[in-house]
Amino acid sequence: MAYIIQGETGDWEIVIGLEVHAQVISKAKLFSGAATEFGAEPNTQVSFVDAGFPGMLPVINGICVEHAVRTGLGLKAKINLTSVFARKNYFYADLPQGYQISQFDQPIVGEGELILDLPDGSTRTVGIERLHLEQDAGKSIHDMHPAKSFIDLNRSGVALMEIVSKPDLRSPEEAGQYLTKLRSILRYLETCDGNMQEGSMRCDANVSVRPVGETELRTRCEIKNVNSIRFVQQAIEYEARRHIDVYEAGGTIRQETRLFDSVKGETRSMRSKEQAHDYRYFPDPDLLPLVIEQGFVDTIKAGLPELPDDKKARFMAEYGLNAYDAGVLVAEKASAEFFETVAKGRDSKIACNWVMGDFFASLNATGKTIDNPPVSAADLGALIDLIKDGTLSGRLAKDVFALMVETGKAPALLVEEKGLRQVTDTGAIEAAVDAVIAANPDKVAQVKEGKTTLLGWFTGQVMKATQGKANPAMVNEMLAKKIVG
Amino acid sequence: MSTLTDLTLAEARDKLAKGEFSAVELTAAHIKAVEAKRGLNAFIVETPELALAAAKESDMRIKAGTAGAMEGLPIGIKDLFCTEGVQTTAASHILEGFKPPYESTVSAKLKAAGAVSLGKLNLDEFAMGSSNQTSYFGAVENPWKKNSDPKAKLVPGGSSGGSAAAVAARMVMAATGTDTGGSIRQPAAFCGITGIKPTYGRCSRWGIVAFASSLDQAGPMARTVRDCAIMLGAMAGHDPKDSTSVNMAVPDFERALTGDIRGLKVGIPKEYRPDGLSEEVAKVWEQGIEWLKAAGATPVEISLPHTKYALPTYYIIAPAECSSNLARYDGLRFGQRVPGKTLDEMYKNTRAAGFGAEVRRRILIGTYVLSAGYYDAYYAKAQKVRRLIAQDFTEAFKSVDVILTPTAPSAAFGMGEGTDDPVTMWLNDVFTIPTSMAGLPGLSLPAGLSADGLPLGLQLIGRPFDEETVFKVAGVMESAANFTARPEGC
Repeated sequence: MAYIIQGETGDWEIVIGLEVHAQVISKAKLFSGAATEFGAEPNTQVSFVDAGFPGMLPVINGICVEHAVRTGLGLKAKINLTSVFARKNYFYADLPQGYQISQFDQPIVGEGELILDLPDGSTRTVGIERLHLEQDAGKSIHDMHPAKSFIDLNRSGVALMEIVSKPDLRSPEEAGQYLTKLRSILRYLETCDGNMQEGSMRCDANVSVRPVGETELRTRCEIKNVNSIRFVQQAIEYEARRHIDVYEAGGTIRQETRLFDSVKGETRSMRSKEQAHDYRYFPDPDLLPLVIEQGFVDTIKAGLPELPDDKKARFMAEYGLNAYDAGVLVAEKASAEFFETVAKGRDSKIACNWVMGDFFASLNATGKTIDNPPVSAADLGALIDLIKDGTLSGRLAKDVFALMVETGKAPALLVEEKGLRQVTDTGAIEAAVDAVIAANPDKVAQVKEGKTTLLGWFTGQVMKATQGKANPAMVNEMLAKKIVG
Repeated sequence: MSTLTDLTLAEARDKLAKGEFSAVELTAAHIKAVEAKRGLNAFIVETPELALAAAKESDMRIKAGTAGAMEGLPIGIKDLFCTEGVQTTAASHILEGFKPPYESTVSAKLKAAGAVSLGKLNLDEFAMGSSNQTSYFGAVENPWKKNSDPKAKLVPGGSSGGSAAAVAARMVMAATGTDTGGSIRQPAAFCGITGIKPTYGRCSRWGIVAFASSLDQAGPMARTVRDCAIMLGAMAGHDPKDSTSVNMAVPDFERALTGDIRGLKVGIPKEYRPDGLSEEVAKVWEQGIEWLKAAGATPVEISLPHTKYALPTYYIIAPAECSSNLARYDGLRFGQRVPGKTLDEMYKNTRAAGFGAEVRRRILIGTYVLSAGYYDAYYAKAQKVRRLIAQDFTEAFKSVDVILTPTAPSAAFGMGEGTDDPVTMWLNDVFTIPTSMAGLPGLSLPAGLSADGLPLGLQLIGRPFDEETVFKVAGVMESAANFTARPEGC
């Protein structure tokens, strides 16, 4: 459903393109051997290359190239066998060389695509413009001293993949879905950990608006370095509204770079086009063009894992899941694996319901993650087995699951310990049924007069009397026989 | 001891091996010469104690039979090579006091081969210049004098002016140079010595202060062709730390000096006779052709049609790269800093105080030609022309084995001359720049004296990575030229 903003003069749509900076998972930096670990003491992971010392030269890190190609393949993109590193020149205290080595007109990865999973289970394809490799800058710290700035070069030279989407996104939600999906793919590929809090995935959003029906793109503003998916959505929403207000007041939008203030929930001008840097890109003469072989690409392709889209399709075909459930389960590799372990040799729909329902709820409730779940996939599977063999009723199983979350114990053990085994002893059930019938002659009469819906009430009474342990199917059958006849 | 400073590298090497004198004696003799000729201002930093200590170790290795190819031989290092713990300035105020915590690959290789460094040699600031007058540490004086005016101080050429003057004045037996557009060959010609810029990629650039990365190349400067061959062998080789260094075996260049050039074809480019070419230079060139003919080689007239574009193209590409390469001199992490109220002000203060006029000029030109709206007209076009220039050579080398040209349009000129007009100064490199643009090896050797008693050089240009043919032909020319003149008092 199209996302439309109603203005005073009519309906508007948003046009969004995202630039994501994804830090490549690599022990060493893009052009130096220095370490890349997050959270190290400032300036402890800096080589002379990263610090821009005289005579130092960059040497490409092969792992980063491999990961860029891998990511490109994951985005079904064209891999450019020849690409060129260029210098992006500007002066800043955290840019020791005075230029960032990036890729300009010849990136390593060209056009690709990314499929959004929409909440209604449908999908939408968003174009990828390009992916290129570049160095990260260092970090400036301005709040440690009233008159001084401090520089940490640990991040200087760390490899980033800049992944640029086409201006295909039309709502803040889609932008969020794009980021979620991209992060999912990066994590499947293990090329970026996608951690936005630690800054290993950062997002710039290009936003413009236009009246519904207009085909030309209007002037865009770039919102820099937003560090959570929620903030990206808020920033886009705010920025779109701002554009509409300006246009409707008869004004014009100037192309500029803006910052998002997450405290105030607004964007602010950082620099206008006139103040924009002239980066003076030119091919880096310290590096030869990067030439890779088709065989290198083919080897990486052959080693790609099953990616979310394929996995989703397989879950739908193999397990009979609906698009929404399959989409949720495959979003993270670990949850997909969890589900498959639970579903193996069991009813897949029951497995899906348990994982999507009680299990995911338990993650939220305990604050634990799928990598360290409160209940293991094997235990959840064992619980489902106990339902299937009649040891537990559905209702009892829920109680057992709650205990599993609480204690971490295996379901069979809990059933024994707590005596939660379902009662299937006909005699015991019959006694409970008879007692309830005897105590409620008026309701028995009503059922006999045709009000059969009251049978459910009787079931409830029997279950209550047996502390939920009676096999509900047997109870139902017996009640029907004894009352209705 | 004067005889010790007269020796060639090859002679000293052999005599050291025979034990005729020690490396310490050889080094001490050169340290004396360095002190005696201090007036030339060839050195920025002298390191006599380090040199004597190194020489002592060399003597031990010679005794132990583990001598390297340059064992115990006193040399100078152009102050563009980073030397661990020894001030490295690129002759710029902005790097004054900078002591690198690392050693450049080339100087490290030389030291590993046993060479003894006497110190860091003066140059044009950041290697930008053709007369060694742009150095923050003062101009270098050429040891040669004009017959007509023996008092006039002459320039040694540049940018490796300190290297050329020190070798010519017998202060060092050889020196490292770097060549971006002629910075080894032109000063070699001005000072009557031999120098070769090897093929781009032959020597590692790691640890050499960068001027124009796609052109910079280290090479040896010495008094004979053989000495250059010996020293290049010790400098060259693949370095994984320099992505543009080529992974190729280093030949034994000395073995290329067979003296036999019969049947070789020598290209004589017709475009290398510009109007301003001095009569004397043209004559020496003719003489060089005759020598090669006499030795059994065949001169062939060739055309390098894009020659006239080489100089303007160079003065787009080299400044463009330098404008970016020199951005790191911002006063933040090393070298000089002039404080300011804001970051931008600190940059401006530091760079205005730290860089000399020629460096500032080239940074400005380079920044301009890379700017939005000008890139295509200047930089992109220059790169296209550069390819055409390289193609000219590729074509020519289909029919010839080596090319012979003058090294510079004139002999050394007086200090202070040509400094008002930078473009006149740039014309000094008109014969050396095309070779640099094509990345080819080029060697300059002294071929004769001008009427005024100044050395004139000829340049031999070879195919990519065919320094061997260049050395072989140069060896023959050297014998024929029998250049025995030396500067007064050296």
